[in-house]
Amino acid sequence: MVKATKPSSNEREFVLAALKEKRRVDGRGIYDVRSVQITFGADYGQVEIQLGRTRVAAKVSAKVERPRNDKPTEGMLFFNTEISPMACPTFDSGSRSEEEVLISRIIEKSLRRSRAIDTEGLCIVAGEKVWEIRVDLHFLDHDGNLVDCAGIAAITALSHFRRPDVTVVGEEVTIHPIDQRNPVPLSIHHIPICVSFAFFDEGQFLVVDPNYLEERVKKGDMTVTMNIHKEICALSKAGGIPLEMDQVLRCSQIALIKVTETTEQIQKALETDKAARKSKSSGAK
Amino acid sequence: MEIDQEQSHQPRIVIPGDIINEATEKNITLGPGLRQEGEHIVATKAGILKHLSPGKWWIESNQKRYIASTGESVVGRISVRLTEYYRVNIGTAHSAILPALAFEGATKRNKPNLAVGDLVYCRVAMANRDMEAELECVNPATGKADGFGGLKGGFVIKCSLGLCRRLLDPTTMILRLLGEHFPFEMAVGMNGCVWINSNTVKDTIMLANAIQNSEYLDDDECKTMVQGLLAKA
Repeated sequence: MVKATKPSSNEREFVLAALKEKRRVDGRGIYDVRSVQITFGADYGQVEIQLGRTRVAAKVSAKVERPRNDKPTEGMLFFNTEISPMACPTFDSGSRSEEEVLISRIIEKSLRRSRAIDTEGLCIVAGEKVWEIRVDLHFLDHDGNLVDCAGIAAITALSHFRRPDVTVVGEEVTIHPIDQRNPVPLSIHHIPICVSFAFFDEGQFLVVDPNYLEERVKKGDMTVTMNIHKEICALSKAGGIPLEMDQVLRCSQIALIKVTETTEQIQKALETDKAARKSKSSGAK
Repeated sequence: MEIDQEQSHQPRIVIPGDIINEATEKNITLGPGLRQEGEHIVATKAGILKHLSPGKWWIESNQKRYIASTGESVVGRISVRLTEYYRVNIGTAHSAILPALAFEGATKRNKPNLAVGDLVYCRVAMANRDMEAELECVNPATGKADGFGGLKGGFVIKCSLGLCRRLLDPTTMILRLLGEHFPFEMAVGMNGCVWINSNTVKDTIMLANAIQNSEYLDDDECKTMVQGLLAKA
């Protein structure tokens, strides 16, 4: 494993001097989020999200399994967030670092605990057969803010995914292959989007969507997960410098604006992809 | 350094393993990326085959990982400070050593005062693949600093080695265009680190981003980009 190198004092002082003038080292304003690029793969449920130079790819797959004993009528949802050294040489492929655990917890809280996916709708036969949905997140490149990028990738992939159609007649369960019957989308209640903030110099300066250098210089951070209905799905502030109450409220207001923009972008990308697939299939016939 | 453009062959792109048949002179000097294997000259890097008469052949390639070699100037970050020397991170697999006396006018009583985290511009005094590289902050020929030493303020960017080599030439298009409009100072490290400093933070940010973005732009695109930046400023 490669040890993470601390940034030089020149870089640290420069980042703070720039923030005093409300600038950031990559030319953005302090409330600017990097542009999000959404690319869908050939299969349903495959998406690659690029947030500036940070890249995360998500792949959703579904399997029929026995449900959990304590929840016989609910399907299961798993997130696999192993960060390999491909993203950054400081990550270890075996053991999980603190940063990896935090990212994994935030994604799970935002998407599973907030009930974004209707797990009851994943039930086929209560107590016997349910759908197990698995989201694999591959971190391809780390230029800061892996959490936001992974969150967008996960929810976009889940919105894009289509599972095989199922008919239950009495005790008989028929799972129709994708080429026989059109696959069915998952039932998604809302789209939670994570927005991360980084704080510098005793909480005086804040930036939205920190890049790699800002993440290494920051004194504290906070991730707010919201949806467009103004519901806060998760709030993560693990350590770092303490914040005032009005700062937290201000962050949630900023997050709402960013969430609205991102949700609109995701919806548009999903619509474009749907139209492209329809025209391709009708053109092929 | 003027490169002899009258090459009898087209510029050739080679990949590792290619045999170089063009080198037909009697005395041949092999530069980076070429090796002699028995009778043949074989390329060990991917890139463009270059030739300077008489008899100098090398491969110009691009990569991001730096391997220390003697005589090159690098920008390093001090990671540990010890009594006799500093450990400097220059981006190679192992850290390099900068003796505390390898500065202009340094004696045992009068040593430079560099702290952990400082940036230094130094020269690779000795590098081979079996040992940690040794650095010095003094020009060996004259004994003077000649620009080497600690770097104060400014900002540092990481770029590919190919871009760094191009930036060493002050007549490169991007530097010429930027130099017409902004006063700035720059220290180019062959290890992929470039230090930039100018009067205001805003200018330094603009310069750093312009240089980083200029890697794959040709001359006209550079002009367009710089004009766009000036319009926004």
